[in-house]
Amino acid sequence: MPDNIPSPQVASHGVLLEVKKARQAWRMDSGTDLVVLDDVDITLHEGEIVGLLGRSGSGKSTLLRIVCGLLHPTSGDVIWRDKKLAGPADGIAMVFQSFALFPWLTVQENVELGLEALLVPKEERTERAEAAIALIGLGGYESAYPKELSGGMRQRVGLARALVVHPDLLLMDEPFSALDVLTAETLRTDLIDLWVERKLPIKSVLMVTHNIEEAVLMCDRILVFASNPGRVASELRVPFAHPRNRLDPAFRQMVDDIYAVMTRRTPVHRPATGAALGTPLHPVSTNILSGLLETLAGPPYDGRADLPPLAASLQLELDDLFPISEALQLLRFAEVEEGDIRLTQAGRDYVLADMDSRKSQFADALKVNVPLIAAIRQVLDERWNHRASAVRFLDELEDHMSPIYADNTLKTAISWGRFAELYSYDDEADQFFLDEEESDEDAAE
Amino acid sequence: MSGTNFPAAARDRRLPNLFDLIAIVALFGLFAAFGGAARNTIAPLAALETSTIHLDPSYLPYYALRTTLRMFAALLVSLLFTFTYAPFAAKSRRAGLVMIPALDILQSVPILGFLSFTVTFFMGLFPGNVIGAELASIFVIFTSQAWNMAFSFHQSLTTVPRDLDEAATSFRLSAWQRFWRLEVPFAMPGLVWNTMMSMSGGWFFVTASEAVSVGNTTWKLPGIGSYVAVALARRDLLAVIYAILAMLVVILAYDQLLFRPLVAWSAKFRFETTARVEEDDPWMLALLRRTTFLAWAIDYVGSLFQWLSGRRMAIKIQTPRFALPERVADIIFAGILAAGVSWAIYRIFTFVSISLTWHDLVISLGLGAITLLRVIVLIALASALWVPVGVWLGLRPKWAKRVQPVVQFLAAFPANLFFPVFVVVIVRFHLIPDIWLTPLMILGTQWYILFNVIAGASAFPGDLLEVSQNFRVKGWLWWRRVILPGIFPYFITGALTASGGAWNAAIVAEVAQWGDTTLTAHGLGAYIAQATVAGDTARIVLGVAVMSLYVVVINRLLWRRLAAYASRRLVM
Repeated sequence: MPDNIPSPQVASHGVLLEVKKARQAWRMDSGTDLVVLDDVDITLHEGEIVGLLGRSGSGKSTLLRIVCGLLHPTSGDVIWRDKKLAGPADGIAMVFQSFALFPWLTVQENVELGLEALLVPKEERTERAEAAIALIGLGGYESAYPKELSGGMRQRVGLARALVVHPDLLLMDEPFSALDVLTAETLRTDLIDLWVERKLPIKSVLMVTHNIEEAVLMCDRILVFASNPGRVASELRVPFAHPRNRLDPAFRQMVDDIYAVMTRRTPVHRPATGAALGTPLHPVSTNILSGLLETLAGPPYDGRADLPPLAASLQLELDDLFPISEALQLLRFAEVEEGDIRLTQAGRDYVLADMDSRKSQFADALKVNVPLIAAIRQVLDERWNHRASAVRFLDELEDHMSPIYADNTLKTAISWGRFAELYSYDDEADQFFLDEEESDEDAAE
Repeated sequence: MSGTNFPAAARDRRLPNLFDLIAIVALFGLFAAFGGAARNTIAPLAALETSTIHLDPSYLPYYALRTTLRMFAALLVSLLFTFTYAPFAAKSRRAGLVMIPALDILQSVPILGFLSFTVTFFMGLFPGNVIGAELASIFVIFTSQAWNMAFSFHQSLTTVPRDLDEAATSFRLSAWQRFWRLEVPFAMPGLVWNTMMSMSGGWFFVTASEAVSVGNTTWKLPGIGSYVAVALARRDLLAVIYAILAMLVVILAYDQLLFRPLVAWSAKFRFETTARVEEDDPWMLALLRRTTFLAWAIDYVGSLFQWLSGRRMAIKIQTPRFALPERVADIIFAGILAAGVSWAIYRIFTFVSISLTWHDLVISLGLGAITLLRVIVLIALASALWVPVGVWLGLRPKWAKRVQPVVQFLAAFPANLFFPVFVVVIVRFHLIPDIWLTPLMILGTQWYILFNVIAGASAFPGDLLEVSQNFRVKGWLWWRRVILPGIFPYFITGALTASGGAWNAAIVAEVAQWGDTTLTAHGLGAYIAQATVAGDTARIVLGVAVMSLYVVVINRLLWRRLAAYASRRLVM
């Protein structure tokens, strides 16, 4: 892209921070490495807002924590002010998704915290904190405790707390995702207004988000992350001047394009059984799967939908929508391509079927497409008492993925298998088992 | 760790592990060493001037003051212990591996059993000086208070919310600043609550530790406990009643003046993000907030603390250039542990082999079984009585609000002051001590059951009650399907505390005296008490070890499992 982007801070293009070949991996029990982030190179310039966009688990929050100095990368470096970053540094401040305010400190005390750590004298501290609080629109709330404030106001405190230390680089970790739609929008525009008017004492912003529209609305540059392992899949420049209009066709087109990038060739791993146990499953309720299939089959979609408007009409965020569409894809009830989702014949049949045949169709789809569930059923069939401990499957899963993913995968296998009446689960004993009906059906086969 | 707790038991594969074992062995090695030292110091201290205790009620305020001072001295020591032990265990992975199981075992040890050695040990440190006995008494109270406070603090330190932890790191708070600005405030509500519980528990031990006889030696420290002991020896029931009244006043005063305001104040540190209905300030806190001078003084101390906790206090620790690799450090640590455990085994062996035979072990295990039977029967009886009462009260918010402080108060009251009253009745009516001394064990601790059941029933969701009314679920079905599962987690907490307390109380409750009459029930408590009177340190250690074993095993096999089951299944 040429340099004539109509961004307000184009003038200065000095390099602010560099991430070089960052890699983050956790050692698993099995001795293999779980790579969260692989070979990430990023350069941040002065005067830009850069967005890290991706689904949860794509390592974008990990990268943010590395840049913040909260996490040391397994290998690779962060260059900040011509030095390698070793721990939290001067000039970098972070805004947290959950606000991370200290409930026992007032707004004023929360904002002063970062200055106190730097041993800034009392008078200057008070003055700077008051200025930051006023700037962010919270004047008058200095003596309030966080629990007295609404979510939006709390995040304003979080912002003031970060701004008061006059950081060159402001980091924001999904700063608006815990807020309701209206509040988030107000806060975004307020922040962009201050940025455009150059009232913020910062040079650059790096923000993590999983909301495509938010990224297009706020950022000058978007880095789209892919998962497994987390890496930068593509980089996009946003060529619009502030204030941006969500309804502008060019804006819509860009959102559409990003959807296309993010759903392009999402490869569903389908290697032979055994290793395939290691495919993580996301806990999506079977009700939601059925619901989306029915919505897709009905008007106005008629079996095919563009993901952005579908997400908008269902009020689903990226992190809600993608696991559903991927589950449908995994079960071959639907196909996702270039930002579109399309029902397959199996998907159409499922929608038309009654509850009992839905269950059997679902069971067939699971047996063919989800090796873990097929394996559980097979073990149960082979055992004389038709019982098998869940722990062994969990252990096996943990060889291939993080404990949280393993938990989620097992949880999903339990729920889907129960719905399909492939097996039952005894939570008290942590065992899968076949009840009479399930084993009878087995005998009949 | 996993953020979800779904396949809970699949993750929960924790059985008593190697480190529990190490902790047990090491602690008893220490006790044995301690006992050995005490044995040597017993003889030369035979004759000590004991101050005379006057039964005139006009002396009572002074005695009460002395007892209270002892309590607060011990509380201070417990706080110091909490603020050093817990952070160390939390910050050092290796230390935590041993220190936390050790805390767990110490919590289960019936400390009253050690009364005799602690007294002789401290007397040995200050021969012929009353300070030794004072310190011993304070130490006993400390051992009754410190563990759960340290536990609570450690628990808080290890569960500091991750985002706050990251915020503190990213704003570069020093370890000192982080401790005072993040960790201590986060731990405050739990710590205040546990301090209050410890204080309540402490009264029982302060009264028991003021008058002690080991062998031919008797120590009496001026205090309410000694007053009662003398009253018992002189068969003065009126004096006992005076003492009970004095105790009532003391407990009421510290509760109203200190703990109510503290608990209300600590609510500000509760980690919650939504505002909730504010309760009225207790009168004392309101008064403090209204006075000008006191408020100014508190403000001044507060800002001083603010200043002090705001210093970085960062000690530049030059990390050694050649830091030991993790594995090597682990091996060294394991080596130190192994050496410690071998030493402990050696100490126990030499100590025990002098005067004990296998027969003693069999006897003490048998007596332990009798005491266990007593504890089980008592918990069952107390539950049968207090669960219905607690449910009835808990479902009536007005009553619950009125009764709750009274029950809390009863739990704090040292039940041993009431023992004489029971003993008089037993003696008068020639009742069988084996049965009738038993209820004394649960006199003080039964209130925990009632207290928790009331809390559980008041927290029971109103819509579930309405549902059961709607479907006309009544009678036994209602108890079985609705309310009992609802209060179960609370009941378990109460019953666990009550049973722990009952074991401890057995040491004072299985032997009772009234003038020249001594009533003895068969049981491990009596065994320890008699060994104490005889100055037989080996049997004291054996008795206490066996009792600890019973308590630990029952906690692990029964209570922990029930609690895990309750939190998995029944927590709403």
